[in-house]
Amino acid sequence: MSLLEKLIPKFWEQTDEASGTYKYMFNFRRIWKQSVLITAAVALIPLLLIAAFDYRVTKDAMESEILLRTSRLVSNTRRTLSFFLDERRFALNFIIQDNTFDILYYPGRLDVIMDNLNKAKGEIIDLSLIDADGNMREYAGHYKMEGINYISQDWFRHVVREGVYISDVFLGFRNVPHFVIAIRHTSPKGQFYVLRASLDTEKLRDMLAQLEVSKQGDAFIINKQGILQTPSRYYGKVLEKMSLPVPEYSERTQVFETSDLNDKPMIIGYAYITDTPFILMIVKPKTEQMESWQSTRLKLSVFMIISITVILIVVLTMSTYLVNNIWLVDKKRVATLHHAEYDNKMASLGRLAAGVAHEINNPLAIINEKAGLISDLFTFKAEYAKDEKLLRLVNSIISSVERCAAITKRLLGFARHTEVSIRLLHLEDVINEVLGFLSKEAGYRSISVTVDAEPELPQIESDKGKLQQILLNLINNAFAAVEDGGQIEITVRRKNANTIMLNVQDNGCGIPEADIEKVFEPFFTTKSGKGGTGLGLSITYNLIHELGGTIYVNSIIGEGTIFLIALPIKSVMC
Amino acid sequence: MRILLVDDEQELVSTLAERLSMRGIEADWVGSADEALKQVETQQYDLAVLDVKMPKMGGIRLKQILDDKYPDMKFIFLTGHGSESDFQQGTSEFGVTDYLVKPVKIEVLIEKIKAAADKCKV
Repeated sequence: MSLLEKLIPKFWEQTDEASGTYKYMFNFRRIWKQSVLITAAVALIPLLLIAAFDYRVTKDAMESEILLRTSRLVSNTRRTLSFFLDERRFALNFIIQDNTFDILYYPGRLDVIMDNLNKAKGEIIDLSLIDADGNMREYAGHYKMEGINYISQDWFRHVVREGVYISDVFLGFRNVPHFVIAIRHTSPKGQFYVLRASLDTEKLRDMLAQLEVSKQGDAFIINKQGILQTPSRYYGKVLEKMSLPVPEYSERTQVFETSDLNDKPMIIGYAYITDTPFILMIVKPKTEQMESWQSTRLKLSVFMIISITVILIVVLTMSTYLVNNIWLVDKKRVATLHHAEYDNKMASLGRLAAGVAHEINNPLAIINEKAGLISDLFTFKAEYAKDEKLLRLVNSIISSVERCAAITKRLLGFARHTEVSIRLLHLEDVINEVLGFLSKEAGYRSISVTVDAEPELPQIESDKGKLQQILLNLINNAFAAVEDGGQIEITVRRKNANTIMLNVQDNGCGIPEADIEKVFEPFFTTKSGKGGTGLGLSITYNLIHELGGTIYVNSIIGEGTIFLIALPIKSVMC
Repeated sequence: MRILLVDDEQELVSTLAERLSMRGIEADWVGSADEALKQVETQQYDLAVLDVKMPKMGGIRLKQILDDKYPDMKFIFLTGHGSESDFQQGTSEFGVTDYLVKPVKIEVLIEKIKAAADKCKV
C-alpha cells in the first residue's frame, strides 16, 4: 500500500448513505471535509490576518522612522554646515569692518591676517583685496597672483550687488578643490572694496565624513547644477555631475523615497543651505535600513509556517480521528439494527410456525385416532379382519399422520429456540434435522446432499437454535448456488482437542473474487429479485462468532464454494 | 381399572375412549374440566388422562383440584406442544406424573396406564 493509501481513513469509501433499510446517518467524507475546513479556517484565518496586519503596521512604522531619522540627520547636518559657513563669513566680515582699505592694502597686512586666521581655523588658502573696479590690489597666499581684474566676472558683480558671495567648489588656477567667500564693504566715504578668501574643502569633507550615515550610506554636497562639491561614495567624483537627479528647491529639509539606476530603493534626504550655492544630500539604501525589520520578519515567517503546519496536522488528525469514531459507532448502530431486525423476523417466523403447528396438531390427532379405531376394528372384530386391502389403506393413513406429526414437531422445535440454551449435542444430529426440512426440495431438484461425519465425534456444548439457523442458512445458500443435479457435501471433522471443523461445500456457480470479501457484510446479496435480503450470511457470521467459532469462505467461479466453520467443543458463552 | 378422559376435542377423546374399551380398559370421556369435576362425583376413577390446553380451565389446574380431592388418583397429561422441554419447564412446579405428546400412539398410552396401575397395586 502506498503511503497515501495508508493515510486514507476507512470511512472514506463509505460514500453511499442509502444502503438498505438502515442507512448510515452521515456522509462521512463530507463531514470530514467540513470539519477540516471549518476548524482550519477558524484557526488559521485570524492568525493570518493578525500576521498581515502586523506586517503592514510595523512596515509603515519602520519606514516612517527611517524617514524621520534621515530628516533629523539632514537637518542637523545642514545646521552645522550653515554655522560653519556663517563662522567664516563673520570672520571675514569682522576683518573687513575692522580694517580700512588702506590698512588692508598695507604690504604684509593680509599675510598677517591670513596667518592669524589660519591659526584659529587653518583652511584659508589665500586672501585678496579687490577694489571697486575689480582690480586685485593685494594678495596673501602661496600662489603667484598679480594684476588680475575681476570686474567682468559674475561673482564680482554678485558680491557688489549682494554684499556677500559664496562660490561653488572649483579647481581654478590652483588645481585644488576649494571655494571662495567674498565680502563687500562700503567705507564711510562711500567707497567699497571686496575681501575675498579661498578656503579648502578639507574641513567640509571631514565634517561629512564624521556623520553616522550607516555602512552603505552616502553624505555629500552638490551645487544647484548637481555638481559634486565634496566626494561621494557612489554617485561620482568631486566636480563631476552626480548620477542622481537634482532635487527641487525647498526651504526645509526634505526626505523622500526613490530608486537608483539599478532600481534599488533609496531614501534621499536633502536641504538647500540658505545663502549658499550648496545642497546637502544624504542618501541611504532602503534595504540596509530595513534590515533589522527584515530579520524579524524572517523569524516571524518561519514561526508562522511552522505554526500553520502544526495546526494543519492537528486539525487533520483530530478530524480524521473523530469522524472515524463516528463512522465506527454508526457502523455498530446499523449492525445492531440489522441483528435486531433479524431477531424480530425470526421471532415472527417462530410464532407463525408455532401457530400453524398447533392448529394442525389437533386435526392430526383426530385423524390419527379415527384411523387407529378403524384399524382396531379390523383387528378386534372378525368380520373386517379378512380385508387386507382396507387394512393397508388404514395403515397408510396412520403412517401419513406420523409423518405430519414429525414435521409439526420439527417446526415447533425450530421456532422455539430464541433464547440461548446450551446443551451437549451431536452436530451430526442437528445437521440431519435441518436437512429434514429441505429433503423435499433436494428430491425435486435431484440435488445430492451427503453428510460425512468422522466416526466417534465428541458431543459439543452449544446452542441448538443457533446451530440450526447457521446450518439452515448455509445449506439454503448452497441450494441456491447449485443447479439441478448438483452436489452438496457436508463434512464434520475433529480438528484438534478443542475444535470441530464443519465444512459445507457445493459445486455451484461460485463467488467472484471481488465479492468474496463482502459476502459477510450485511445487505450484500446477489439474490436480488428472488427475495434475497442479504441478511443470511452476515447473521450467520455473527451467530458463529457468538458461539465462539470462526467462518471462512473459499470459492472458484464456475466450480463451487466451500464454507469452513470451526466450532469450539466447549462452549465459550456464559 | 377405570379411566376418565378429559379433552375439549370431542372427536378425539370419544374415539380414544372407544379404542381403550376395545382393549379391555374401561374409559369414560368428558369435553371440559367442569364436566370432569361433575363426573368424578358420580363415578370413581383410578386414573385421569387430561388435555393440558382447554378453554376456561386447563389440565394442570384441573389436576390440582382433583389431586386435593382424590389423592390416590393418577394423572397422565396430553399436550399439543411440540417440545417436551417446554412442557417440563412449565409444569415442574406442579409435579408431573406423566405426559404424552399428541398425536398419541395408543400402545404408548396403554403402557403408561399400566405403569401407573402397577404403582397403585403396591
